[in-house]
Amino acid sequence: MKRSAAGLFSLLMLSNCARAPLGYLEGEGPAARSIASLGWGLLGISVAVCLITGALLVFSIFRRRAQTDGLGRGDDRSSLRWIGVGLSVTTVLLLASAVWTLWTVRGLSDTSRAAEVNIDVTGQQWWWEVRYRSDTPSREFSTANDLVIPAGVPVQLNLRSRDVVHSFWVPKLAGKMDMIPGQTNRIRIEADRPGIYRGQCSEFCGVQHAQMAFFVIALAPADFQTWWNHQLEPARNDPKAIPQQTFIERCSGCHAIRGLPAGGILGPNLSHFGSRRTIAAGILPNDSGNLAHWLNDSQGVKPGSKMPELHLAANQVDALTAYLEGLK
Amino acid sequence: MAIEIAQDLPASERRKLLDIWETAPGIYGWLATVDHKKIGVRYLCTAFFFLVIGGVEALLMRIQLAQPGLKLLSPEAYNQLFSMHGVTMIFLYALPMLSGFSNYLWPLLLGSRDMAFPRLNALSYWVYLFAGIFLYISFPLGQAPNGGWFNYVPNTELQYDPGINIDIYSLGLIFLGISTVVGSANFVVTVLRCRAPGMSVNRLPILVWGTLTASVANLLAVPAVSLACFLLWMDRRYFTHFYVISGGGQPLLWQHLFWVFGHPWVYALVLPGMGIVSDALPVFCRRPLVGYTLVAISTVSTMILGFGVWVHHMFATGLPVVALSFFSAASFVIAIPSAIAVFAWIATIWTGRPQFKTPFLFFAGFILLFVIGGVSGFMTASVALDWQLTDTYFIVAHLHYVLLGINVFPVVGGIHFWFPKITGRMMDERLGKWTFWTMFIGFNLAFFPMHLIGLMGMPRRVYTYSAELGVGGYNLLISAGAFLLAAGILLLLVNIVRSRTLGAVAGPNPWDAPTLEWSVSSPPPPYNFAVIPVIASRHPLWEDRLDETTDRSTVHGGLVLDEGKETVGVTVLDAEPDVILKMPGDTLVPLLTALGMMVIFCGMLLINFWVVGAGAVWTAMVLLVWLAPRDHAAKERPAVHG
Repeated sequence: MKRSAAGLFSLLMLSNCARAPLGYLEGEGPAARSIASLGWGLLGISVAVCLITGALLVFSIFRRRAQTDGLGRGDDRSSLRWIGVGLSVTTVLLLASAVWTLWTVRGLSDTSRAAEVNIDVTGQQWWWEVRYRSDTPSREFSTANDLVIPAGVPVQLNLRSRDVVHSFWVPKLAGKMDMIPGQTNRIRIEADRPGIYRGQCSEFCGVQHAQMAFFVIALAPADFQTWWNHQLEPARNDPKAIPQQTFIERCSGCHAIRGLPAGGILGPNLSHFGSRRTIAAGILPNDSGNLAHWLNDSQGVKPGSKMPELHLAANQVDALTAYLEGLK
Repeated sequence: MAIEIAQDLPASERRKLLDIWETAPGIYGWLATVDHKKIGVRYLCTAFFFLVIGGVEALLMRIQLAQPGLKLLSPEAYNQLFSMHGVTMIFLYALPMLSGFSNYLWPLLLGSRDMAFPRLNALSYWVYLFAGIFLYISFPLGQAPNGGWFNYVPNTELQYDPGINIDIYSLGLIFLGISTVVGSANFVVTVLRCRAPGMSVNRLPILVWGTLTASVANLLAVPAVSLACFLLWMDRRYFTHFYVISGGGQPLLWQHLFWVFGHPWVYALVLPGMGIVSDALPVFCRRPLVGYTLVAISTVSTMILGFGVWVHHMFATGLPVVALSFFSAASFVIAIPSAIAVFAWIATIWTGRPQFKTPFLFFAGFILLFVIGGVSGFMTASVALDWQLTDTYFIVAHLHYVLLGINVFPVVGGIHFWFPKITGRMMDERLGKWTFWTMFIGFNLAFFPMHLIGLMGMPRRVYTYSAELGVGGYNLLISAGAFLLAAGILLLLVNIVRSRTLGAVAGPNPWDAPTLEWSVSSPPPPYNFAVIPVIASRHPLWEDRLDETTDRSTVHGGLVLDEGKETVGVTVLDAEPDVILKMPGDTLVPLLTALGMMVIFCGMLLINFWVVGAGAVWTAMVLLVWLAPRDHAAKERPAVHG
């Protein structure tokens, strides 16, 4: 009775884990789901092995014995039988788990369904560059830190790095894949339903590795097309406007905005910045207050970040904040 | 020349042996000793010191991580701390601690008077000490290694890490590697050559099997990491491009070289620990170990398989799936020898009569932790599942169950077990039991919830985390557990310090244990054995009671060997006496060699070739003195069958 209550409690705890934003015991796409069921299976075996061996250990310590002095004898058949039985059970479990694993890997490597969208994701210290590929070059565009995909279809990601090793991970949709300089690793993700899924860099990549997050936003396919078309629209170019002048003077060395004479590539492309979820790679929710904070004190918010302290005047911060938040 | 064979050695003879073997008094003797027992204790104390340092680093990190978004440590400080925590625990604590046990115990277990190369033994210690100091001068400079113990390139190339942090790491590990390699060579030759007559390979204690296996593995694995570090240093300071894409290099080369070393090394850190349990647990079960031969074979086969699984650290690097599947299967298979050992221990307890002394508690607790660490390793062996598990706190939980469970718990149990042999006094039982329960509860509180936050997706190697992950409560619990574990280590320290002077006098064999080290006084005399024993079974001191065969070991009668520092050399498999070995006396040469090397490595760090040259000339001259032929070689005596 007590044991089953404990079992129920741990099951509840684990399913709670599964629902955490980065929990992967509950998949929201085919790849993550097949790994999750493998995970539950191996976890079940593991817990059972721990409980049984633990019980054997406790019983072997506390079991009643005939009171004798002197020493026990050396190896006899009954004591060696322990090893025989233990070894057999272990071997069967390992074999089954290995077959299950390879079966899962086979399913994950299946590319019979063609990917409908092809996206380059490039990791850099400490943000994500996202470029949407198209057969028509004019329909390509770049964005950052938000990865928008259509739900219900496989999406092909080409993972690269511009500096050090990073790792791309959206636990609800798929396992990790490293981003290694000099090579392109490919991975497929697919979300069952429209929704927002958290992602995180999972290879140590320097001082701000901890603060290198992103979001995958899955839209219904029709919404996705609308979104894509909207992304292609340039910003209104008004060379006389003060906020735009400030942006060109102070920001365009590193940042680009579609439609403006601002083509910096060191930092994230800021076209349609106002519609993004977060600032500084998943660190701050994107609103005027946080943006002003970031512009005033980037090194306080994310120490070591490549975004320098700009020493902007208060009116410049206000102008830039309003301008960038207006780029919907 | 007559070889004297004596039964009970008269006091005058013992006096003579003492004069031959005793280390010179005073500071000279302290610096010049080659006595394996003194070197062993030094290893144990230094490694324990580094355990405490690494523990303090861990506690600082646990304060920072106790809640989401804390700002106690800067990101850079945190990264230096977690890097040095790993380097310290893995390189400066775990293996040296086991080397300490083996250094102290091997000649006593094997029936020899010293290790095969006593001066090399001293060199190994001094180099370890200096390499540890070398790595730690980085902290006062504010530039400790900050790329993690795994130090992945290109994050650690000069472009991304311009300080001397990584130079200290690479040069420090090359320096330390020298200590590991000479120490391992010494262990291997010692077991081949320096045993008592009759101590054939099928009678070696499992600790000897464990350290022997680990030493052979070290000889093969350490060169890989030394090379990797040397190439990195060249990349950083001489603009080679071994790991730099733009120059035709390959970042994955580092990962391969590092893990080809790193994975066998992990087994080298646990096999001697498992050996401690296999030898000492049966003493508290009042019976021999179940399945000695199987456990010995499983020790060796773990290591052999351990060389074929390194890619499971690289499952997410985009290598071909077929290759990954092979390494995944191999990583499953490696669980089989571990299962043999676990069931051998449980069967030993089941068929024995447990005595609830402190060492028994540590060894029994160890079995449970070993199983938990084992099954979490089994989960990460699955390539598909590992794509989710890797680089989360699940791995942190796994590796701490493995390294603390299979290294620290046997080590602390071993300290309680052999303390009476080393100091002549018993440790306090009551305090010992408190130590065990504090450590055991603290350890599980600190590391078990890490499995859960790992499954919730908390990434590793982060200085902070978002409250949205929902792991704040668990992290607070983990931090509390870490402090409880630290309190357990503190109790251990108190017990050691108190018992050294206040403990009950132990006598030669307080646990009624079967192996050879318990046949001599506690602490053992400098010459270990007044007469070289002749061994007839695995349990020389239990023979009469076990009565398995009619043969009997002669522990108190045998070769005397008192014409200088002498011990007996035997044939490799059967341990037939073969030759009488002349052993070197006190000498400053190992210390001076290590000092010369320290100068070389400091010169490399400063990129000053005058300093490197001076160190090299110094080292070469000392080595000439070391290697100069000695007249005693002419006096070697022929084989004796005693």
